[in-house]
Amino acid sequence: MTSDAADQPVLVVEDLRTHFLVPAGAVKAVDGVSLSLQRGKTLGVVGESGSGKTVLARTIMGLNIAGNAVTTGSVKYGGKELVGRSSKEMKQLWGTEMAMVFQDPMTSLNPVVKIGRQLVEHVRVHLGASKAEARSIGTELLHSVKIPDADERFDVYPHEMSGGMRQRVCIAMALACSPDVLFADEPTTALDVTVQHQILNLLGSQQRNHNMAMMLVTHDIGVVAGRTDEIAVMYAGKIVEKAPTSALFNEMRHPYTEALLNSIPQTTKPKHTRLSAITGRPPDLINPPSGCSFAPRCPYARPKCHEEEPQLQAAGSSGHEFACHTPVGSPAAKEAFEANISEGLPQALVIAGHGIASEDDPTVWAS
Amino acid sequence: MAGSGTAHLRPAGDALLRVEDLTVEFPVGRNRVVHAVSGISFDIVKGETLGLVGESGCGKSTTGRALIQLPRPTAGQVTLGGSDLTGLDEESMRILRTKAQMIFQDPISSLNPRRAVGEVVAEPMHVWGPADKNAQWEMVSSMLEAVGVDPDSARYKYPHEFSGGQCQRISIARALVLEPELIICDEPVSALDVSVQAQILNLLEDLKAQYGLTMVFIAHDLAVVKNISDRVAVMYLGKMCEYSESDDLYANPAHPYTQLLLDSLPIPDPGIQLQTDVTDDGELPSPINPPSGCRFRTRCDRADDVCVQLEPTMRRVSDDHFVACHHPLVAVEEASVQISSTSLIPGGEST
Repeated sequence: MTSDAADQPVLVVEDLRTHFLVPAGAVKAVDGVSLSLQRGKTLGVVGESGSGKTVLARTIMGLNIAGNAVTTGSVKYGGKELVGRSSKEMKQLWGTEMAMVFQDPMTSLNPVVKIGRQLVEHVRVHLGASKAEARSIGTELLHSVKIPDADERFDVYPHEMSGGMRQRVCIAMALACSPDVLFADEPTTALDVTVQHQILNLLGSQQRNHNMAMMLVTHDIGVVAGRTDEIAVMYAGKIVEKAPTSALFNEMRHPYTEALLNSIPQTTKPKHTRLSAITGRPPDLINPPSGCSFAPRCPYARPKCHEEEPQLQAAGSSGHEFACHTPVGSPAAKEAFEANISEGLPQALVIAGHGIASEDDPTVWAS
Repeated sequence: MAGSGTAHLRPAGDALLRVEDLTVEFPVGRNRVVHAVSGISFDIVKGETLGLVGESGCGKSTTGRALIQLPRPTAGQVTLGGSDLTGLDEESMRILRTKAQMIFQDPISSLNPRRAVGEVVAEPMHVWGPADKNAQWEMVSSMLEAVGVDPDSARYKYPHEFSGGQCQRISIARALVLEPELIICDEPVSALDVSVQAQILNLLEDLKAQYGLTMVFIAHDLAVVKNISDRVAVMYLGKMCEYSESDDLYANPAHPYTQLLLDSLPIPDPGIQLQTDVTDDGELPSPINPPSGCRFRTRCDRADDVCVQLEPTMRRVSDDHFVACHHPLVAVEEASVQISSTSLIPGGEST
């Protein structure tokens, strides 16, 4: 790549939609997402289960092979359109151009094949390496992801390794053919906190060494805080806020982002600090609520929010976008919150400490 | 680390639950033994929450299960409300189990998929509750209401019709319906989303206040444990490293392992400089052949010859803070000479 091209995004996603057709209707798992990935940068995608973050990553990779998945919109990789390509055509890109590290290292490796063979399978296919060459490449890869005794570990089965070691193998496998884009889909959710730290450090250093673009998908906003350049917060298949990492934490605008952050227990607060739980649960993606999809759970929601869907708009600092009528910190939000308290809106009362969040439709159980 | 010793225990009469030198071993054939829990001691007074933290494989779940004698521990004593559970026969144990109930990690698989929620929660009542079905349902429905599940609509529904968070609420209702004195929560929120996790943690705090519960809260997430616990015990490979009042543990960790756990915690603040140069790439050693002396020494950068030879015992940092380490990160009061007299015998009790 020339130096001019270095600033060009390596992957551009525009208005991407993935709907799964089921008897009850279309599940709008990804519903109009636009983003871009830069070489050498990391984008964090955060949201609850069911917010569409995993489907987004899989759609970009072309891994939604289910017959009922309908994808529209555009994914441009190096100027080439990927949406509409068959799996056979995509296969040439997998591994060499884009690769993925999956959530569960226990199930993403074949239990009856030695890890060495799994690791170099695509090295042999894509690079045409001989068995002996592949073995030395494989050992080198295992070494690069800090697996001790790489040469011996080449010949063991997945069950002989711990979860953290298996995830290292998966990372080595994803990096084997030096892809330009790496998708990490909840790579550490199944792992212990110490191992999570090791794996995230490893991903970060590999990303810098290979100058890759990385998309780190997670439900834990703590994981992405120190390890990403930009964060996109997803809710109900849409991006509700997107900003450079420090801007997102410093000037949070969307109530969902604020709620996600506040529901995490923090060690800096004294014990028994009451958490601000989010009332209700993620919406039905077949019939999403009209207006803003977060409105039924939002303490700042006003009648307008239920009627008119907010669009992503630019906020003050560069690159900060959010979709909200009553953004956090604005006078409108303050007014809305006070009005909601006086009207007894359950989720507002919860935030004010006068009720208990329940998972049912916003209802307050007497405290 | 992970040492033994009982210096941190309070006078016997004060505690609702007192565990002394609890050891659980599992034979795995060819005369090999998994040392899942090796001589740990702790106590809980009524109304207190004790957090047990550590990585997978450190024996925290085994400890939780051994408290209710499932399975029976290999050695040691578990005293609940004055009676020693380890010496009881099956029938007396069955009666006592009503006083100690458990909440499991995976809310969906811990409910029978083929039984309606009304039945699942009423099951303990069939054995121990009033004979009258209506009286049973009344208790069940008030319990479901207390955990935030609408009793009338839930009664004839099956677990698959509920979300993970709702299922966890139902498991909590099932555990509480007999009004036990002690609740053992084994990773109750690890399978849940952060938003639902916050709801469940708040619910547990409310129920604790409402029913005067005493809790053992097992989790691998230090932030969650800090939030809910009065005291925290950090475990590593079947041993206890540090035992402390929870605010103090996080403010002044004394054990290198506690420090490692805290350094690994993802902090939702981009301004904090990440410790990406932490050299720990270590793994938990095998509990079949645990390291000699301090079990943490293979991953500890402070380890020296003493750690290889001697197992550390619990030493006092402050009134509510104890650590089992030869080279703790903060000053401890007792001289380390005292250790050598007792800890050469693995699992030996210090006096």
